[in-house]
Amino acid sequence: MNRRTFGKTILGLTAAAVALSFGIGGFAGAVAAQDKLKVGFVYVGPVSDHGYSYQHDVGRRAVEEALGDKVTTTFVENVPEGADAERVIDQLAASGHGLIFTTSFGFMNPTLKVAKRYPNVKFEHATGYKRDANVATYSARFYEGRTIAGEIAGKMTKSNVIGYIASFPIPEVVGGINAFTIALRKVNPEAQVRVVWVNSWYDPPKEAEAAKALLDQSADVIVQHTDSPAPIQVAEQAGKWAVGQSSDMTRFGPKAHLTAIVDDWNGYYIDRVKAVLDGTWQPIDTWGGLKDKMLFMAPYNPAIPGDVVEMVEKTRVDIMEGRRHSFDGPVKDQSGKVVIAEGKHASDEEILKMDWFVEGVVGKLPK
Amino acid sequence: MSLVRLEARGRASPAMVYLTPLLAVGLTLASGFVLFGLMGFDPLRALHAFFVQPVSSVRGIGELVVKATPLVLIAVGLAIGFRANVWNIGAEGQLTLGAVTGGGVALAFYGDGGWWLLPLMILAGIAGGMLWAAIPALLRTRFNASEILTSLMLTYVAVLLLQFLVHGVYRDPDGYSFPESRLFEDDALLPVIVSGTRIHLGALFALLAVAAGWVLIARTFIGFQIRVIGLTPAAAGYAGFNEKRIIWLTLLISGGLAGLAGLGEVAGPIGQITPTVSPGYGFTAIIVAFLGRLHPVGILLAALLMALSFIGGEAAQIAMGLPKAITGVFQGMLLFFLLACDVLIRYRVRFGRRRAAA
Repeated sequence: MNRRTFGKTILGLTAAAVALSFGIGGFAGAVAAQDKLKVGFVYVGPVSDHGYSYQHDVGRRAVEEALGDKVTTTFVENVPEGADAERVIDQLAASGHGLIFTTSFGFMNPTLKVAKRYPNVKFEHATGYKRDANVATYSARFYEGRTIAGEIAGKMTKSNVIGYIASFPIPEVVGGINAFTIALRKVNPEAQVRVVWVNSWYDPPKEAEAAKALLDQSADVIVQHTDSPAPIQVAEQAGKWAVGQSSDMTRFGPKAHLTAIVDDWNGYYIDRVKAVLDGTWQPIDTWGGLKDKMLFMAPYNPAIPGDVVEMVEKTRVDIMEGRRHSFDGPVKDQSGKVVIAEGKHASDEEILKMDWFVEGVVGKLPK
Repeated sequence: MSLVRLEARGRASPAMVYLTPLLAVGLTLASGFVLFGLMGFDPLRALHAFFVQPVSSVRGIGELVVKATPLVLIAVGLAIGFRANVWNIGAEGQLTLGAVTGGGVALAFYGDGGWWLLPLMILAGIAGGMLWAAIPALLRTRFNASEILTSLMLTYVAVLLLQFLVHGVYRDPDGYSFPESRLFEDDALLPVIVSGTRIHLGALFALLAVAAGWVLIARTFIGFQIRVIGLTPAAAGYAGFNEKRIIWLTLLISGGLAGLAGLGEVAGPIGQITPTVSPGYGFTAIIVAFLGRLHPVGILLAALLMALSFIGGEAAQIAMGLPKAITGVFQGMLLFFLLACDVLIRYRVRFGRRRAAA
């Protein structure tokens, strides 16, 4: 084939491709609904992470199901926390969205910048602390779930070493490690927690590597504050225990999966969308726990003995009814100094700023 | 003996060398058309949402420029090195260092800045990038260590250094221990040069870099040396060109420009130092440099195209619910077609057995 006929072939192929796609795709343009409220969601991870972003998307679908005749929803996944976030949020606001949920901490300042430009659009930012006339914040008291996981781990461990895969040393994660460790040592004073930082929310290979490293250090329960099910799979293969994160991860390791701390945004998202529809929306701060059904525990593994299930169920009810707090004193820090006095518990502000480890955590907190 | 063979052409057509990027874009669009059709989306609407709608407003064009700015700055610098066979793969790390040093100046003088703060930050950002590129330059010229490996490895060091700082001394004292710096004051922010957009002074620097890069390569003796070393190192040696000097020069230029790009991000659209400064600009810029044929003007166009593919991916998600992976598919197709076209302008496809040599 010489050059000329080759060129012709390319042209022919292109023409055929164009014709083909017309046949398949057709011109079925969707009719844009003008009168419905458009609700946008911005996710830091892929919807398929089976963890944090996935769970927010479950909430989005719940909104569609409950209020589908009054709203349409849009989501943008895998949005990097940086200069790009502002553009994505701005595009959602500019394209007629009336309510926008930005679901990761790194979206805080971009959300506030965009909110100033669109005073008529309502914004909701998850896990941050800055609000404005049209910016509300919301988060869940994930640490309450960690307390229950800690008690289970304390009863199930044989080696008395718990491996903890952590994302970033921010207060939410540090507080989670502390709540877990306090509960763990309440039922098993000999047990210790070893922490590995992976510096990512979602990195399956790194998380799996961290899990293997922890198992090598004789850990027999793997806990994670990262979003992929990779650590569960590693624990399953090794015949050890694991606690899932953000969503029920049982199917990734039916034998290993003790329970999971499941985020449940469905109720909150439906309420907030309704509030915008009714005109009663306010830029409030919501920090809900087990009581508010913003998180719940995935079904307990049948391998957990009945008396342990009974014990943690009592703990769960006590937390919900206010008889127990995850940070009940006395709590000592790593140097043995009492930081939370007996008879008191950590205040919300202390939890939100937590940057120290409790006794029983091995290793230094990176600062 | 296979039935399909590639046979080298005597000489690649000079016109085709510049036409193939356009051809690759055309083929990508055509394939995108088929792809969208197969996925059950209206292909015309999808392509419109992907490539036209994002740039049909002033704000949209502004976003395109904001996204292309760091890519142009980095790719122009890298291309100068690539022409001399100096393979700086670590622009991402040099960018990060520029953000660390330039942004660090902003934080050090927080509360008592002035007109001098921004120029100082810019110099510090460039110096940071240069410093990070100087390490591979030293290792290459002194110990003959491959700059491909050393510059790449230093990227991870730079990113961890940034993590260390934002969790430590750079952390906002009023920020609930979250790993972010304070928001920069106005004195420390690159001014927006087109109102109603986020286009900042960095875009002007990018244009200057394009012009300076062209002058350097095409019109100076240094540029001539770079080209000769790249094409025939042996000839350059006979001519007495100092290869070590060129290695230092090209690495410092590309490092400095990457550092400037990093400073431009933290003092521009981000406005503070965050744990992730760049979504991989340093690596994307390598693609941009080759897509632009290592020519500064080509790089400018390639960077705009690459920026459009990122922004278009988001726009298509918002407008039509297309999956995010489409962005990656488009970039992959673009490179595939470009490389395929490159093969075909250098080689001829022959079918059937080779005839016996006459």
